[in-house]
Amino acid sequence: MTEPTPETIRGETIRGETVRGERRSVTDAPGATVARARPDRGGPLPGSGTAGHRRRPGMVSGVTAVLWREWTVFRRVWFTTAFGSILEPVILFVAFGFGFGALVAEVAGLAYLDFIATGAVAIGALFSSIFPALINGYFRRKEQRLYDGLLAAPLSIPELVTGEAAWNALRATAVGVATVGVAIAFGVRPAASVVLVPVITVVAAFGFACAGAAFGALIRSTHSFDMIIVGVIVPMYVVAGTFFPIDGLPGPMEALALSNPVYHLVELLRVVTFGTGMTPMVFVHIAVVVGFDVVAWLLAVRLMRRALID
Amino acid sequence: MRTLTGQAVPDAGDIEVLGLSMPARSKEIRARCGVVPQVDNLDDELTVAENLEVSARLYGIPRGARPSAIARGLALATLEDRPDDIAEHLSGGMRRRLLIARGLMHRPELVLLDEPTVGLDPQVRQQLWSQIGLIRAEGATVVLTTHYIEEAERLSDEVAIMHQGRIVAQGPPDELIADLVGETVYEVWGSPATLTEVAARARAAALTARHVGTSVAVLGIERLDVRTDGGLRAEDLGPGRRRAATLEDVFVVLTGEELT
Repeated sequence: MTEPTPETIRGETIRGETVRGERRSVTDAPGATVARARPDRGGPLPGSGTAGHRRRPGMVSGVTAVLWREWTVFRRVWFTTAFGSILEPVILFVAFGFGFGALVAEVAGLAYLDFIATGAVAIGALFSSIFPALINGYFRRKEQRLYDGLLAAPLSIPELVTGEAAWNALRATAVGVATVGVAIAFGVRPAASVVLVPVITVVAAFGFACAGAAFGALIRSTHSFDMIIVGVIVPMYVVAGTFFPIDGLPGPMEALALSNPVYHLVELLRVVTFGTGMTPMVFVHIAVVVGFDVVAWLLAVRLMRRALID
Repeated sequence: MRTLTGQAVPDAGDIEVLGLSMPARSKEIRARCGVVPQVDNLDDELTVAENLEVSARLYGIPRGARPSAIARGLALATLEDRPDDIAEHLSGGMRRRLLIARGLMHRPELVLLDEPTVGLDPQVRQQLWSQIGLIRAEGATVVLTTHYIEEAERLSDEVAIMHQGRIVAQGPPDELIADLVGETVYEVWGSPATLTEVAARARAAALTARHVGTSVAVLGIERLDVRTDGGLRAEDLGPGRRRAATLEDVFVVLTGEELT
């Protein structure tokens, strides 16, 4: 082409495009310019060599990378977190145990302080899993764009959801255990089976964390936090047999409580903490808590995928 | 760009990266790519070294190789003296260098840079160019999108010019320039009326002319220079200056923007 005019050039290029056909390769990226290695440019890099590691990252390394990230941040901020985790049950015990407990001697076969103690463990586990999952999930996706960076690396959405939920579940379990400690300090005397509290808490909190992540992926702006908190989290911790037994509730409310995983968590906590209520219902409680894990995880993966993949 | 890492799903067509099809082998593809995003997504809560370590773990670098990978990342970012600084406290230029180093530390075969120099001052941009030079010297393929034509011309072995979602030209920058706009451009400055007249006279001589803000650029002027028949010469168009043709001239001619 010796005398190019815009017309001939365009004619040429349009033909070039159609010849290229349907198959796209990396060179067809929008606005792409391609640079192949040209050793005559640039100097050697410190510590460089041609041999790269070629290990395909597996599921475990993805999840542990996410967990390591959380642990690294936690080591710096643990004091702030621990402070709130201890103070929250203390406030609950003082306000309800002494304030409200002075009016009520016994609830559902338990001293009110014992009743509220197991409620406080469940509330601690719920709050310290669902809140970080919801709030961090939203900000990491939308504001910090951390998830975009993670997904450009070889991390899958199920690994991301699992890693973050596992971390929040572990943290929530630590809060649950701390709450048991506060309860003992307030005079609650648990049975030996109280050592099962962390097992139950970690399983339940994993589901709460997944639910929080699902809502964090669902909302479009910070205005929606109110809706999730008032519409979902408040009913979850109030209508759950935490502060009062659910059998006094009107029919629909009781049904709501029965479908609430926090209710089943509280019941399981009471069984192991005081050795009461060892009935076949225990299996129902376990089934609901585990079933909620599965449903919430699937939902979180689905909603995260929708929110993060264009 | 995002379709190459499976973060966007194309409406039509198939994608193959490094000979592997997306999304079936997405994870394998991503393990062999390095991505530098357009939007800064450094982890503000982590230090410089910790940002690199998360990346090393994500890319499956074995425990024993991680310290040297992190050292390599720090060197790439020229942040060797600040491994323990929290990312949030870094300056804009340092952040950008770290962002790029993070995408390059694991020796990717294919590096994807999505408009990495948008909004950077010239100094930072040159640091970035030298980072790209280092990784190219190691044998990696670099795919870079940019709106800065000069950058594409300077960095690339091969350029694909996209216009309205289609590739309108592809090839080495020098060849594109030689083939499409010739060697030399004659640029004339003057009032709008003068420029319109210069452009008209150039076109009458079968030359392509384009308005460049306050001037008119007449492309392929060397063809007038070799004429011996006493016809139109460059100087007859008005007082101007010769310069080498650039990729920007190619871009404008191809996309039809600013064309008179």
